[in-house]
Amino acid sequence: MLAFAIQFRRDWLCLMRSLDDAVNPLAFLFLATALFAIGLGGQSERFAEMAPGVIWVLVLLANLLSLEGLFRRDFEDGALEQFVLLAQPQFAAVLGKVAVHWCASGLAMTVLAPVAALMLNLPLWVVPKLLLCLLLATPALSLIGAVGAALTLGLRSGGPLLALLVLPLQLPVLVFGVSATLDETAGLDAAAQVYWLAAISVLAVTLAPFAVGAALRLSVEQS
Amino acid sequence: MTPRQLWHRLGSPKWFYHMTGPWGSGFLALALLLLSIGAIWGLAFAPPDYQQGNSFRIIYVHVPAAMLAQSVYLVLGGAGALLLVWRMKMAALVLETMVGFGMWATALALFTGAVWGKPTWGAWWVFDGRTTSTLVLLFLYFGLHALRRAIPDPSAAGRACALLAIVGAINIPIIKYSVNWWTTLHQGATFKLTEAPAMPATMWAPLLVNVLGAYCLFAANLIANLRNAVLRRERSTQWVREMVGLDQPATTR
Repeated sequence: MLAFAIQFRRDWLCLMRSLDDAVNPLAFLFLATALFAIGLGGQSERFAEMAPGVIWVLVLLANLLSLEGLFRRDFEDGALEQFVLLAQPQFAAVLGKVAVHWCASGLAMTVLAPVAALMLNLPLWVVPKLLLCLLLATPALSLIGAVGAALTLGLRSGGPLLALLVLPLQLPVLVFGVSATLDETAGLDAAAQVYWLAAISVLAVTLAPFAVGAALRLSVEQS
Repeated sequence: MTPRQLWHRLGSPKWFYHMTGPWGSGFLALALLLLSIGAIWGLAFAPPDYQQGNSFRIIYVHVPAAMLAQSVYLVLGGAGALLLVWRMKMAALVLETMVGFGMWATALALFTGAVWGKPTWGAWWVFDGRTTSTLVLLFLYFGLHALRRAIPDPSAAGRACALLAIVGAINIPIIKYSVNWWTTLHQGATFKLTEAPAMPATMWAPLLVNVLGAYCLFAANLIANLRNAVLRRERSTQWVREMVGLDQPATTR
């Protein structure tokens, strides 16, 4: 717990001192939403049925953009080597690091999602369920993404490779998220999908930090 | 030799190379025999389907390929665990050589599915549960391949791929379940452990022969690939140099 708190505090400070890096993926979320609205012809009546899919795909992509910076700065200035050598439990420290990333990416996107929903004319009564789903699903996105980010750290073809590794593994989140939002729009009960999203996040919290720790050790050893 | 001893010796590249020569050709012969029987039986003698006519016969390629596609990924995940936990050298070679085989099996399953889908479903491609999870499997194979190509140091690449293969293998059931959430158009699995196949024995028996043949082909391919990889990896050791005639055997010197 202490390892988690120390790591969280340290990364939170780093985040606060370089907010620009965290803001850019969020700007992308809105830019891409606007692009979709324009690309689909700009007639807002036609958006409603596509809105859930568009929002969830863009959340996945914006999250992907934010992942590249997750370990890069620490990797470049050598902080990551100290991180790998820590005597404290790696599991908790990794979780602390990813938790800060989630605040800057997943949580921020959840807070801002209603704006994207408005831009795409998603019915207002769907928004609370969409937020709940995003809140439950984005931890899994950050954690699965962290495995990919740790594996591709320091590689020349990092960006496209990261997408290729991470997006297929995040597919279940997309499926359940879109399905929950569509069911809610149609007035059906989406409880099952919500539970599934929560289950995927719990599983990711339990398992992914081990994989992230192992991948970070590999990447640091190579460099 | 107890199974335990056999297991430990399989981890030694030299022993593996000397022992498995006959196994490889044995599996290859068995694979060719089974696949020829299955192909001739399935294509010429099995009765046509009452609805699909002869087009159903692509099942004799499609199902073995799809089964291999999944099994090979699980084998890769298992090899990844062996490599990361027990540092077994041969597991690294399995992971290195069999990604391509799995990729081709997956591509073949998708291709045959598309060819069959056009006359039967009226579309080359439908995003339903089982087709989508196979497509995602193909991307998982691509990821493994691309990650290995991106990391210059072979042993680091091996361990990174091992980690990715384990993460992927844990994810496969979740992916399968999640895409099955959609109402699925694809028929259920032909062979299940819990119940008898829905088709008559004259139709599924050749399929079973082909499935067994495909697994034998996988085994033959695995052994041949491993033997080549062992030679490449151990090329500077005494026993390989002696075997290919670069050095005189130590006893005659």
